[in-house]
Amino acid sequence: MLELKNLSFKVIDETGNEKTIIDDVSFTVKDDSFVVITGPNGSGKSTLARLIMGIEKPSAGRIFFDGEDITDKSITERANMGISFALQQPVKFKGIQVIDLLRLAAKKNLTVSQACEYLSFVGLCARDYVNREVNASLSGGELKRIEIATLLARNTKLSVFDEPEAGIDLWSFQSLNRVFENMRMDTKGSILIISHQERILNIADEIIILSGGKIIQSGAKDDILPSLLKDSTQAACSVLEGRA
Amino acid sequence: MLDEIQKRLLREIADLHTVPSGAYNIRSNSKLEARNTTANIDIVSKTEKSGIDIYIKPGTKNESVHIPVVLSESGLKETVYNDFHIGEDCDVVIVAGCGINNCGTGDSEHDGVHRFIVGKNSKVKYVEKHYGEGDGRGKRILNPVTEVYQEEGSSVEMEMVQIKGVDSTVRTTLSKLEKGAKLVVRERLLTHGSQTAVSNYTTELNGEGSSADVVSRSVAKEDSYQKFVSRIVGNAPCTGHTECDAIIMNNARILAVPELEANDLDASLIHEAAIGKIAGEQIIKLETLGLTEQEAEEQIVNGFLK
Repeated sequence: MLELKNLSFKVIDETGNEKTIIDDVSFTVKDDSFVVITGPNGSGKSTLARLIMGIEKPSAGRIFFDGEDITDKSITERANMGISFALQQPVKFKGIQVIDLLRLAAKKNLTVSQACEYLSFVGLCARDYVNREVNASLSGGELKRIEIATLLARNTKLSVFDEPEAGIDLWSFQSLNRVFENMRMDTKGSILIISHQERILNIADEIIILSGGKIIQSGAKDDILPSLLKDSTQAACSVLEGRA
Repeated sequence: MLDEIQKRLLREIADLHTVPSGAYNIRSNSKLEARNTTANIDIVSKTEKSGIDIYIKPGTKNESVHIPVVLSESGLKETVYNDFHIGEDCDVVIVAGCGINNCGTGDSEHDGVHRFIVGKNSKVKYVEKHYGEGDGRGKRILNPVTEVYQEEGSSVEMEMVQIKGVDSTVRTTLSKLEKGAKLVVRERLLTHGSQTAVSNYTTELNGEGSSADVVSRSVAKEDSYQKFVSRIVGNAPCTGHTECDAIIMNNARILAVPELEANDLDASLIHEAAIGKIAGEQIIKLETLGLTEQEAEEQIVNGFLK
């Protein structure tokens, strides 16, 4: 279980003024639940994900994972405790092959056929990819799927995905949705996704709406999604379309 | 007989665990340790100077020659001249390399001068590995000179590897290509401590349809210094590409100098050079997989030089 208690994150902007990116945010991700955080661009969603993984350190508040305070723990420590993170823009590595990355993720010497299972799950024709380098020769959609496959290989208690739909083409996006639907059914552990996409919101247990660094609404999908969809105000449309 | 240190050096530079099959010439502490010739490959010691002539008969296919050198006595300095005479229509693998173990105070130096005459339509894969070890104050120095003369339609692939342990290297490589000849060079280099490594490649594309692809991937750590000069001269309708891709760490310094000279209207030449540190996002990604910062750096460097 992940708990955020009164989490805040402030930065000093270029004019020297303090800017609040995350403002006193508290919520809980229960075991084996599927939570989607949505909200307009600039609302602090990605920052929140990076705070959970330890890539950014909060200005105030605490983060607990399975009851343990992890606020001061490093990225590596959090990863080894059972938190995984899929970056919004997957990283490229010259010379490191897809199978190397999957082996590092799984922390064992996966066989080619084991590695291929993870790749097949994310819709990649495994034999074509397993020995490819994770470099610029792969498209955004391919990199994104490999990123998701590394999380499958880790198989941790909590997986955090930062905008899995960002930077990919429509075709890849439609198949990505199927990947999350399958993950929802097949995998154990909690999933926390930052997303604008209605189809991802639709498979959530809970939805949290973030705006201006604050939670403006949260609850069960069935309570939140209808109003989000039916609300014809400019603000609500913007939330779903990812425009602020 | 080779001792354990010499055997280890052999493993590092030639992946040799036992005596190789095929032709070989093993040189240890400036003496001939072992030699084997085959029906198609002859090895003859030079009489006027130190070194060997390797004769590969026309039409020799799928054979290999290993000519490793190991130095385990401190203070040895030698220059060795090895000439490869490769007939027409051959397809051979040549593995050279030098391993130095210097635990003493004197500098150890091996300068190998390798000359290749590659016959028409022959295909050669050449692997050269350098390796140094030993914690003495004496330096480990290697200054290889490679000259390659490629006749019509021949193809040469050179893999030059120096990972750690060599204090000072100046590598000079000159290639001359005739009509339709093809050259591929892949250099992999890692320097650390206060090592220096200089690579000078000159490739002359003299024949119509000749092509060259000279690529270096290197990592410079700590206080080391690397200089990579790759000069491609297009004297005929030809294609040439050279690339230096380097990771810089700590206080290291890297100078990359790609040079192109076109002396023919239809010479098509390209160079690329990129030097940069390891991207912070790369470290973060591997940390999210549970690696420490140091482990992440090792994986990135190992992958880059693979």
